[in-house]
Amino acid sequence: MSIASAETPIWQHRTPRRRLMLWAGWLACVALFVWCWERMTQRTIWAFVWDAPNAAADIGSRAFPPRWSYMERLWGPLWDTINMATLGTLLGIVMAVPLAFLAASNTTPSRLILRPIALFIIVASRSINSLIWALLLVSILGPGILAGILAIALRSIGFIGKLLYEAIEETDISQVEAITATGASQSQILTYGIVPQVLPAFYGISVFRWDINIRESSILGLVGAGGIGAQLNASLNTLAWPQVSLIILVILGTVIVSEWVSAKVRHAVI
Amino acid sequence: MSTAYPTTWRKPPQMIQSRGLRIALAVGAVAYLVLAIGSVEVNWTRVIAGIERAQRFVAGFLQPDFNTRWRDISNGLMESLTMTFTSTVVGVLISIPIGVGAARNLAPRWIYLICRSIIAISRALQEIIVAIFFVALFGFGAFAGFLTLTFATIGFIGKLLAEDIEDIDEAQAEAIRATGASWLQLITYAIQPQVMPRLIGLSLYRLDINFRESAVIGIVGAGGIGAALNTSLSRYEYSSAGAILLIIIAIVMMAEYSSGYLRKWVK
Repeated sequence: MSIASAETPIWQHRTPRRRLMLWAGWLACVALFVWCWERMTQRTIWAFVWDAPNAAADIGSRAFPPRWSYMERLWGPLWDTINMATLGTLLGIVMAVPLAFLAASNTTPSRLILRPIALFIIVASRSINSLIWALLLVSILGPGILAGILAIALRSIGFIGKLLYEAIEETDISQVEAITATGASQSQILTYGIVPQVLPAFYGISVFRWDINIRESSILGLVGAGGIGAQLNASLNTLAWPQVSLIILVILGTVIVSEWVSAKVRHAVI
Repeated sequence: MSTAYPTTWRKPPQMIQSRGLRIALAVGAVAYLVLAIGSVEVNWTRVIAGIERAQRFVAGFLQPDFNTRWRDISNGLMESLTMTFTSTVVGVLISIPIGVGAARNLAPRWIYLICRSIIAISRALQEIIVAIFFVALFGFGAFAGFLTLTFATIGFIGKLLAEDIEDIDEAQAEAIRATGASWLQLITYAIQPQVMPRLIGLSLYRLDINFRESAVIGIVGAGGIGAALNTSLSRYEYSSAGAILLIIIAIVMMAEYSSGYLRKWVK
């Protein structure tokens, strides 16, 4: 019996070969990490890094308490910020909806030409952050909230377009077939077969994007696109830390409120 | 006697049933739009002057110039890529204990509350604002960017990981507990196998997001390709800017496809 127990192999999760490969994989990751770390910190000035706790304490002591009286000059920029997000989202929706119908494989009129173009526009819009769009548009259109609205809209196209075309592709085909069987035209199939199915998803996506856009529009001012970010930039440049802390509190408040609104609406719709 | 059947049919409203509420919402929306659009100040002369710039930008985008600023671009790109990788690794490593602590079914209440508030803080602050502060504290350069992205990764992965752990199949955890396993053994044999594929998928997704963000935080001085982009745009060198944007789009697309492929392979 003792012989049998000595020969019974101990249970192990993986075969030796797989374990070896796993270790090699982890080792490669660690090596890559070390190399990246070395490259990244080549130009780091460590004296600044070690001094950071002092700097943090210094900034903290200057930023507190926030300068509440500055609030009266923030209402205007706050209104601009909310408008930038809302109008940008609306403009984005107007452009994204036709693109989504062109990009969805079950509604696209031409699979070979229009669909790849629509998909490329969606990917390009998604891969460029709204801050970069704003940077570009400010250099083209000049500073102001128009650049911000367009930046938000251009970034929203990709987001709304992608989620909406996926929703369109997931629609139930039997409803479309039922409408087709009544002899409906193409546009009637769209309005009675597909649109009612994607409408809840559409509202959900739009409100979700609006929520994200409130976050993003509050910082677009840093590159000159107006709104509360412009005030933040001005305060940072003059090292007015009490104003900075107030502005950040206002941004946080706005973000929390918009998140709450969007969660409520999405809950009601879906 | 025949009842008069209706001869026409109107599509019933899908979302809001009450007619009064629908009208009120529409009126409110129109009023808001009028007010909002009215408050947009547009300097039309500046916009018209911008049309020529827009044309030059489109031309620059179509004929990107990779050579003139290649040193800046390659340095920025290298910084962005190394920053992305290191911050994702460190962020994921830190967020694992926080994610475990923020799962209601594993952690005691006070640890749960602490971890949830860390996650909430990290998610509420935008990367750019965090980057501004880290640049002020740690000086210009990639190190501040690395810290920013790590900070943002903790909130993202921590939240999703905690939700994943809360959603696991309790039967497996029950079975391991029944063998008399310790808390650590419970994690390694019941929780980790269930959430590992998701965690790897999330990390790859975050790698992708971190690269996109690394292109942005350079604008406020946290290193990376964003700094090169900002310089070329403020010098109105649209062909270099076009080249940088094309590189960003290409890398993001590549990352998206390869991470989708890798995630399938992990499953």
